[in-house]
Amino acid sequence: MSQYVLRRLALVLPVLLGVSIVVFAMVRMIPGDPARIMAGEAATQETVEMIRERLGLNKHPVVQYFIFLENLVRGDLGRSTMSRLPVLDEIKHTLPSTIQLAVAAMAIATLIGVTTGVLSAVKPNSWVDAVSMFIALVGVSMPVFWLGLMLMLLFSLHLGWFPTAGSGTWRHLVLPSITLGLSSAAIIARMTRSSMLEVLRQDYVRTARAKGVPERLVVLRHALRNALIPVVTVTGLQFGNLLGGAVLTETVFAWPGIGRLMVGAITARDYPVVQGSVLTVALGFILINLVVDVLYAYIDPTIRYD
Amino acid sequence: MGNAVDARAGAGPAPETTRAGAPWRDVLRRLARNRLAMLGLAIIVLFVALAVLAPWIAPHDPLRSSFGKRLQGPSSEHWLGNDELGRDMLSRLLYGARISLRIGLISVAIGIAVGVPLGAVSAYYGGWVDLVVQRVIDVMLAFPGILLAIVLVSALGVGLENVMIAVGVVSIPVYTRLVRGSAMAVKRKEFVEAARAAGASDVVIIAKHILPNCVAPVIVQSTLQVGSSILWAAGLGFLGLGAQPPEPEWGTILSRGRQYLLVAPHITTATGVAIMLVVLGFNLLGDGLRDALDPRLRD
Repeated sequence: MSQYVLRRLALVLPVLLGVSIVVFAMVRMIPGDPARIMAGEAATQETVEMIRERLGLNKHPVVQYFIFLENLVRGDLGRSTMSRLPVLDEIKHTLPSTIQLAVAAMAIATLIGVTTGVLSAVKPNSWVDAVSMFIALVGVSMPVFWLGLMLMLLFSLHLGWFPTAGSGTWRHLVLPSITLGLSSAAIIARMTRSSMLEVLRQDYVRTARAKGVPERLVVLRHALRNALIPVVTVTGLQFGNLLGGAVLTETVFAWPGIGRLMVGAITARDYPVVQGSVLTVALGFILINLVVDVLYAYIDPTIRYD
Repeated sequence: MGNAVDARAGAGPAPETTRAGAPWRDVLRRLARNRLAMLGLAIIVLFVALAVLAPWIAPHDPLRSSFGKRLQGPSSEHWLGNDELGRDMLSRLLYGARISLRIGLISVAIGIAVGVPLGAVSAYYGGWVDLVVQRVIDVMLAFPGILLAIVLVSALGVGLENVMIAVGVVSIPVYTRLVRGSAMAVKRKEFVEAARAAGASDVVIIAKHILPNCVAPVIVQSTLQVGSSILWAAGLGFLGLGAQPPEPEWGTILSRGRQYLLVAPHITTATGVAIMLVVLGFNLLGDGLRDALDPRLRD
């Protein structure tokens, strides 16, 4: 097992290096001169040149990349051109909010997804199954930001139950986490259903029933535990995808997370912040996928290759 | 990260392999019996027809403002009401369907054009070619899809063409992994050995013998991918990175309508329903195609 983990970790390093190259190259492709933006429209050419020199922008791109990488390893992501604060501080400030949102969304997604999936699989082809699977399909077909707007319209603007935007209390968290979690719930429900259907056909389930084990225990103890293996993978991958979806949800609800920081930085052409936030989200995504892989190998020893 | 195909399609995995030369008549028969898939097909046909006929059936000019009708709700003259500049919402949505479907189809075409050959070459040659291609794909998959699209559009510049390119590029890894998986299985088959023994070139073997056997999963994935691409493009439009006003792109309409959510909810409601319906159509058809092509479900 530890060998497997080490091998997976070794595979992550080149990916991280590749990610840093991609982000570095793309951020430099963004139209506009960062030195000019930082200096402001009224600045003289001399000031712009001075800033360019200070940021190392007049050096060869390859040299610039290695300086960037060296700084990255030291945890130095540069300073925001807008707030002048270290990018790392900005990220430290916003990341906990995104994690809070993603965890709440994941809890909602898992609860709704697994429950719906099990109910559908227990009575396949019934109206419960048909309706819940159709709703699940509608769920994955909805733009996440539109769902957010509709929830906001109903529960905030009309009923006044929850605030429209911002953060601070649990009431602020409800609508953004439902918005972010529902499409994942739909995917988890579909996965749980198909996995449960597969497991319910197995011999050991038939044996349990033949032994006279109550149906509720057959479903929960014998079937669900085994059916959850692929569900764990999908859930883990969904958690990674939530980081992407958070960009849109945070924009809708003015949630002070890293996604909103990134979108604001793109609009303001605040390159160091764009670079830092994209790298952070990608790193989070890679780590989550790594954990999912290792967890999967732990739950299901047959997929370990050693 | 190897599960990108399942995770990104938004709906279950596509079959990795299907029987070579699937009898398409059987597949179509099974598909026709699937009521949900037929509903999906009907929705797609309806939206394509509306998009194609938009210049003739749209009741008003989608770009003509009428300040006296700003934010007005649905009426007999404007069935879906008017937007913040008094433009007819129905006409804007009809023209928006042209844009969204175009984005969906072109971005999927980009994904197929690059991803499919890359996957086939990667599987066929193996060795360092496979290693390099797969590491590049790993890096692309290290970003959540929408994030990569956002970064790409930021780098390329905002606008409709760049949205298509960005969304297309984001879907490349899905096709590469899918085709690589199928091609790995096919390349060991006897008919490929026979073709090689007969002196066929690598290009001919890949194009004539390997790729035709990877068609089924690619069709399923592409159907689902059109829906995902439309959603991603709408997301980019919503963030202000897609089509620019006054272009009636659905995501852009939602982004503007959001500011008038309380006084004119019809703008966001109608636009969101349009997006949801068309994506639902592609997801229903994609699911149906997968079931029809899945050898395990054959009767």
